[in-house]
Amino acid sequence: MTALKPDLKSGPTTPHVCFEAVSKSYDGKTLVVHSLDLEVARGEFLTLLGPSGSGKTTILMLLAGFEVPSAGVIRVAGKPVQDLPPRKRGIGMVFQNYALFPHMTVRENLEFPLEARSVAAQAREERVARAMDLVRLSGLAGRRPAQLSGGQQQRVAIARALVFEPELVLMDEPLGALDRSLREEMQYEIRSIQRRLGVTMVYVTHDQREAMVMSDRIAVLRGGRIEQIAGPEGLYEEPERVFVANFIGENNRLDAEVTSVEKHLCEVVTGGETIRAIKVADCEVGDTVTLSMRPERVAVNPRDGLYSNETDAIVEDVVFLGGQLRVRMTACGSDQIVAKIPNMLGHGGLLVGDTVRIGWAVADCRALAAEPAHS
Amino acid sequence: MTARWRAAALVLPLLIYTVVTFLVPLTTMLVRSFYDPVVAEVLPGVLAALDDWNGSGDPPEPAWEAAATDLRAAAEAGTVGRVASRVGRVDPDLRTVLPGTAFALAEGGLRPARGQTWHDVMVSVDSAWASPDTWRGIKEGGRRFTSRHYLNAVDLTRGPDGSVAARPEDRRIYLPLFWRTLQVSLAVTLLCLVLGYPVAHLIAHASPRKRGILLALVLVPFWTSLLARTTSWIVLLQNQGVINDLLVATGLVADDGRLALVYNMAGTLIAMAHVLLPFMVLSLYSVMNSISPQYMRAAASLGARPWHAFRKVYWPQSLPGVGAGCLMVFILAIGYYITPALVGGSSGQLISNMVAYHMQQSLNWGLAAALGVLMLGGVMLLYVLYDRLTGGRVGIR
Amino acid sequence: MPGSRMTGPIASALLVVASFAAVVALLARCAGLNDRGPWVATITYGGAYGRAVEEAVLVPFAGQTGLRVEVDGFGGGLAQIRAQVDAGRVFWDVVDVETAEAVRGCEEGLFEWVAIADMLPAPDGTSAADDFKVEQQTQCAIPGVSFSTAVAYNEDLFPGEKPGTIHDFFDLEKFPGRRGMRRAPEANLEFAIMGDGVSRAEVYNVLGTEEGLQRAFDKLSSIKDHIVWWEAGAQPPQMLADREVAMSTAYNGRIFNAQVLENQPFSIVWDGQIVDQAQMAIVAGTPRLDAARRLLRFFTSTEAQAGIAGRIAYGPARLSSDALVSTHLATGVEMAPHLPTYPANLEKALQTDARWWSARRDDLHERFSTWLIR
Repeated sequence: MTALKPDLKSGPTTPHVCFEAVSKSYDGKTLVVHSLDLEVARGEFLTLLGPSGSGKTTILMLLAGFEVPSAGVIRVAGKPVQDLPPRKRGIGMVFQNYALFPHMTVRENLEFPLEARSVAAQAREERVARAMDLVRLSGLAGRRPAQLSGGQQQRVAIARALVFEPELVLMDEPLGALDRSLREEMQYEIRSIQRRLGVTMVYVTHDQREAMVMSDRIAVLRGGRIEQIAGPEGLYEEPERVFVANFIGENNRLDAEVTSVEKHLCEVVTGGETIRAIKVADCEVGDTVTLSMRPERVAVNPRDGLYSNETDAIVEDVVFLGGQLRVRMTACGSDQIVAKIPNMLGHGGLLVGDTVRIGWAVADCRALAAEPAHS
Repeated sequence: MTARWRAAALVLPLLIYTVVTFLVPLTTMLVRSFYDPVVAEVLPGVLAALDDWNGSGDPPEPAWEAAATDLRAAAEAGTVGRVASRVGRVDPDLRTVLPGTAFALAEGGLRPARGQTWHDVMVSVDSAWASPDTWRGIKEGGRRFTSRHYLNAVDLTRGPDGSVAARPEDRRIYLPLFWRTLQVSLAVTLLCLVLGYPVAHLIAHASPRKRGILLALVLVPFWTSLLARTTSWIVLLQNQGVINDLLVATGLVADDGRLALVYNMAGTLIAMAHVLLPFMVLSLYSVMNSISPQYMRAAASLGARPWHAFRKVYWPQSLPGVGAGCLMVFILAIGYYITPALVGGSSGQLISNMVAYHMQQSLNWGLAAALGVLMLGGVMLLYVLYDRLTGGRVGIR
Repeated sequence: MPGSRMTGPIASALLVVASFAAVVALLARCAGLNDRGPWVATITYGGAYGRAVEEAVLVPFAGQTGLRVEVDGFGGGLAQIRAQVDAGRVFWDVVDVETAEAVRGCEEGLFEWVAIADMLPAPDGTSAADDFKVEQQTQCAIPGVSFSTAVAYNEDLFPGEKPGTIHDFFDLEKFPGRRGMRRAPEANLEFAIMGDGVSRAEVYNVLGTEEGLQRAFDKLSSIKDHIVWWEAGAQPPQMLADREVAMSTAYNGRIFNAQVLENQPFSIVWDGQIVDQAQMAIVAGTPRLDAARRLLRFFTSTEAQAGIAGRIAYGPARLSSDALVSTHLATGVEMAPHLPTYPANLEKALQTDARWWSARRDDLHERFSTWLIR
């Protein structure tokens, strides 16, 4: 597959894709994309993650050339492209619902971009064969899209986006139409193809699990802005905003008042309990912050003295998840404190209404700037 | 089983309606194109007596008496006129011979005198009876089942010896008219396609609000009476009409060089295309509406120029609409004649004018039916052809 | 009555509407809605002629006899009448058809036999047979008002010498401009052969020969490129007014209306006008034969004929009517000079020979169509 691997034309230090203060508005008033700055490195798998209306698809369309930015510059390999039509950008794209040409066979679909680029017939055949091989579809060249399963259509769409050997590939929620097990299989497959070919990937999804599995970095978007951009682990372990903490994985949130501030830590009071937390928000004494804790970092009935944050809680609900138990409790004035604890001997005895001791490490408790509950 | 009965009950009113108002009249008309029992019923004796007659020389004696008996009865029953008009179509001279003889027999109470035969009586009433042509005409006209109308409809004629031959050149009217009808219909269809395709594309991919307005504009002609539309075209296109006035006013055309836009082929095409355009636009629109804009984006992202993308991606997917629209416009155009008749000048004479003429004026419903059957057959053939050609493509949608 | 109605394709459009109306009327009758005493049914072409007939004939008839008169719309042709007769359900009693249709319908057995002798005598006692201007063309119909197809022109287009004879219609050098003609052989062949110099008395004799027919077609061919064909009676006055044509054959009633009601500068060339009559017939097998005969007699009476002629420029069928026609009831225009039957007009007229046409009509239509598309 080495032939499909793009040559590295520009040096490794130039970002492959670069958004500089890009804004987009459809009606001239509301901005769908707010002064976006974003860099994607060559060979990187970047995911734009966000709920619907967050602007992730618009950003992709700006990059593909189907939308023109209202302001700002988009560079690909250092060259501004915002005024180029899509066909001149040389970007491979996989659409939601694939957009396979229904009147063409698989082979004709794959030949289409080559034909458009006037690739000679012989070379065309070779490249189509290689691309079919890449997505493991050999033997289906004569079929029409309607004669293929959803997963096979997906593979054809990917092959078609790769067959003309673009250095940059965009995918717009490509797995949304597949059932769950197929979706997971495809996630690994896309990831592996991307790695093998070394292409740069910009991937749009609203599924945080999918983003976590596939991406080198994830940009979490809300209302046209990037909330946080980091690797999967960074986003999960060190969310900087409540929105990110909530969007990625499960999260316990507690509104609290700051009572003292140190350099990196702070002390807050909520529901009458005093809690120590990492100070992420730029806060003063008296401010309201939102505490964020991952459920699996909340221990139930920990050994004495293990955690500096400890409090009593009443068990409201216990759900059996197989490898884990999900325990919902009332503590610190909230009835939505959740702990996920390993399903080990001794923990099966938790009953609704029991009073238990819970605790967590200071490092696992982050004081984030307070946000309105729904945004 | 009850579900099936309920389904049947639901379609029953429509079924009855269709059978009563459409299938039965249509079938009756079609049957007329090859079956006409009137002469056989009115002149049964003559026809029986002529059964063995080979068509040359005098017919056998019983035929003479039977002819006298049958004709007298026909005159008294008031049916001789119908026989005359039918036999008259085989041989125009007989149109007057039959009623004349019949009334002479009925009113004069003629019988053979002593030493005379019926032969003598008949010839004395009208010398035409001495000619075998008269008898051949009756025999031919008396056939219950006949191919006469079909032969006539394709400008063929059957000679006295039964052989089929082309009609004389100056009497070949239906084939040239079929040919012209075909040409006009094809031209109108093409014009509608060229004009309608971009419009349908615009509507199909416009915003919902604009789409509503545009669709309404396309439908406006449907809300205007056909005659009103046609006459307004005359006002617009005529020599001293709006369009010519405009051209002269803008200096594009000299006042004495006004364009002939109406009462000729140009007028026919313009007015018919206008009348039939909505059918084309709506057929195209319904198909284009289901073509996702994603496909064109995909084509662009894959490197195709707009024209290449249109030709390879959009056009093939819109083909079912093109086919349906063309078929619909073509079929309607073939049967259309009010518009070409009013604005078409001498080129406005199409095959349907002759069908109407034979339905309403000449009352030769047999020929009208035969022409109708040929048109229907042609359209069916076209449809089958269309289905064959596009069947596979439509199937994948 | 071509003078006041549309023919050909428009007629067929009307036919659909008319048949629908007829079916509704029939249903209404079946439902007993019309069960209000004895009645008789006739047809109307609508328009100015329809109004004239209604005012001059139908309303007075109903008043005098107490019979109710049902009127259905009609677009011409024999198809509907034949359908009624074939089905044995006649719901029109008295119909008003063209001469050629009357002859054809008679051959087909669509009409009852009627005779002029049975019509009402003139007010002064003159027998009907002596009072009618023309003879019966067929034993199935009584002649009604006379109308004519004549050449008309727009005076504004000929400021100098005006066209005066039928020859001028075919003279493109002396009177340049396009010509309007009805797209049918009827009348056109007669105009052509007269235009070629054949006297009125000889028209049908000459046309009866192959050479004569060829002469007529050749004459038409000589102006073919300048002919604008019309289908509907309403077209010629419109085309003249729009100057689409300089001269056109037209129904005289239409031209009269344009002259007096719209003040159009039109003139009729009465030379070579071709006169035809409306034919009043009774549909065969009507269950109301007696009432139908009463309406027919009334329709062809001296007063009724004069009444029609006072409302539209059609000549009354009876000599005794002429004295009763004075001015146009709507505008006060002196009617007589506008009637085809006015002596000065009539002496240049050709009477249509319906029997001649009846025998050759299909043949000539086919030949005309062939000629047309060459």
